[in-house]
Amino acid sequence: MNTHSNWPEWIYVGVVVALLIYVGAEAWNIERIIEHIPSDAEIIQVTGQQWFWTFEHEDGTKEIGELHLKKDHAYKFEVVSKDVIHSFNIHDYVVLVDAVPGRVNTVWFSPDESGEFDIQCREYCGLIHYNMRAKLYVDDDKS
Amino acid sequence: MTLEIQKPRPIWKIMFSTHHTDVGLLYLITSLAALFMGGTLALAIRLELFLPGSQFVSDSMTFNRMFTVHGTTLIFLFILPFASAVGNYLVPIMVRYKDMAYPKLNAIAYWMIPPAFALIWLGFADFTWNAYAPYSVTRAPGPAADMWIFGLKLLGISSILGAINFIVTILKCKHPDLPLSKMPLLAWSYLTSSLIMLVAMPTFAAALLMLLTDRLGLSGFFNPSMGGDPIAYQHLFWFTFHPEVYVLVIPAIGFMYDIIPRFSRKPIFSHVSGIAAFVLLSIVGFASWAHHMYATGMSFTEKTVFMIGTLSAVPASAMHVFNFLATMWGGRIKFTTPMMWAVGGIALFFSAGAGGVVNSAMPLDFMTHDSYWVVGHFHLFVMGTIAFGSFGFLYYIFPYVTGRLYNEKLGKIHFVMSFIGTVMVFFTQHILGLYGMPRRIYDYPPIPEWIAMNQFITIGAMIIGIGMAIFLINIIYSSGKGKEANMDDPWNVGREKYYYPYQSKTPHH
Repeated sequence: MNTHSNWPEWIYVGVVVALLIYVGAEAWNIERIIEHIPSDAEIIQVTGQQWFWTFEHEDGTKEIGELHLKKDHAYKFEVVSKDVIHSFNIHDYVVLVDAVPGRVNTVWFSPDESGEFDIQCREYCGLIHYNMRAKLYVDDDKS
Repeated sequence: MTLEIQKPRPIWKIMFSTHHTDVGLLYLITSLAALFMGGTLALAIRLELFLPGSQFVSDSMTFNRMFTVHGTTLIFLFILPFASAVGNYLVPIMVRYKDMAYPKLNAIAYWMIPPAFALIWLGFADFTWNAYAPYSVTRAPGPAADMWIFGLKLLGISSILGAINFIVTILKCKHPDLPLSKMPLLAWSYLTSSLIMLVAMPTFAAALLMLLTDRLGLSGFFNPSMGGDPIAYQHLFWFTFHPEVYVLVIPAIGFMYDIIPRFSRKPIFSHVSGIAAFVLLSIVGFASWAHHMYATGMSFTEKTVFMIGTLSAVPASAMHVFNFLATMWGGRIKFTTPMMWAVGGIALFFSAGAGGVVNSAMPLDFMTHDSYWVVGHFHLFVMGTIAFGSFGFLYYIFPYVTGRLYNEKLGKIHFVMSFIGTVMVFFTQHILGLYGMPRRIYDYPPIPEWIAMNQFITIGAMIIGIGMAIFLINIIYSSGKGKEANMDDPWNVGREKYYYPYQSKTPHH
């Protein structure tokens, strides 16, 4: 069949495999670090429903369509859904987790910049999916 | 010669025939109809997204229905039937048998497609081609959703029958003088993709039935208010449709394995490594399905397992790219239209694969998941690789189907416009995704970067659209009035006689 030697292909496959091992190991290590939730993180209940977000702080205050947080605090979101699957996303902080009915999914972050950020739904959820948005306000005060 | 052109036959003679080339022709015409219908929807979607706010699609429900039917049509009614068309034409020739193993089953498998086509288009469902529960169970409006489910059910049965037919034809009807290891790589691509289909498809077929009974209120498999688990649906869905990605791409790779050596005027660099890569991909392709579901709240261990499964599918694809480049290396390449499509397809296949490695790395996936990055990524596969391979092969098989040559200049214009458009649209979509635009949205906030990129993408899509219009004119005109082709060597490549034997088009029964 092929009489010529095939060593270039073996070298090439070796290089590809080495690159993939590097990517995989690096991804595994980073994910392991960023999934570790700090123990002092404040818990925020996030509820997605067609087609808005509700946030409940640890002290019981509720916010609809907007979320006020403090800079340099760690927050842990417990994300649930009341109807269909949504996806809770703060793109600027790479916060992304699905809101699945019947499950509580968690994700955490610690804002390091004050200002206004967009919260959006990243999983198709019907008629107003495109406008299922909220605002995140990160305040600077160190109370 | 007994080509359709020289000896016109009434249409019902072709429609009710069970000869493999006639069924192939029916598949081909259906798939091209779906291509232009689904493509029109794509252009409408792009026009709507040209500016924020409502353009000409009056409400979001219509828009949601449009992208759902766009995806369903192009995957199930263009790509799969196109592969079946080529398989019907060529697999019996490549294994040197007079027809498919079960000619009547073959015709039945084809004739399940038109009713499915009608169900999908008359229903116009809105729940995206994934039909994720519980939206598809509790909220998606009927009867559109139910018609979609029935349509997909028919297509699933049709695919399974087709896959059985290809497997039996190749393994049982192969000429005894032709060992499996010497069989052309295009036939190998049909063998492996049919085997994947046979293993993968029943899972989704079951999930569709469960979805239907859930919608009817008879069961609650995926309905959390009845104790079901919506994530179970996603597992069943992706267990079928991740391997299905390989079912779509493997025949396109097979097309390139026919085109590249012919126009490089060299034998393929390594036949064995081509076979090995097909077989390897069809096995490891089953180990990666849940990489679509990192964001559903999977544990760290699950994500790690599926990341490893995904990355291990990469070397097999990389081997194909190597094989193509090594075949072209030092060849006397003739850049005819089919060759241009094949080479362009390989370039985009490589880009798509590189982007896929990024997706599979866990931390990066949370940046790209369900954003326009993913839209750009998989369109580089389905358009950049699979459709490019298919167009190239359509030009390549054109003389065999019609006995005539297409217009070479228009074919090249079609390629250049499609290539420029594809790069403009799908590379930009990657960047747009990194800027955070979610997929499947009817309207977006007026963020300057988003507007600029969306407008650039829409212009690219229009360039593809014009190229496709030229393509349509070219194939319609050339199949009736084109120059008669030299059936031994239509492109004057000048090697030994190699083109497909037109004598095989004479029906035996």
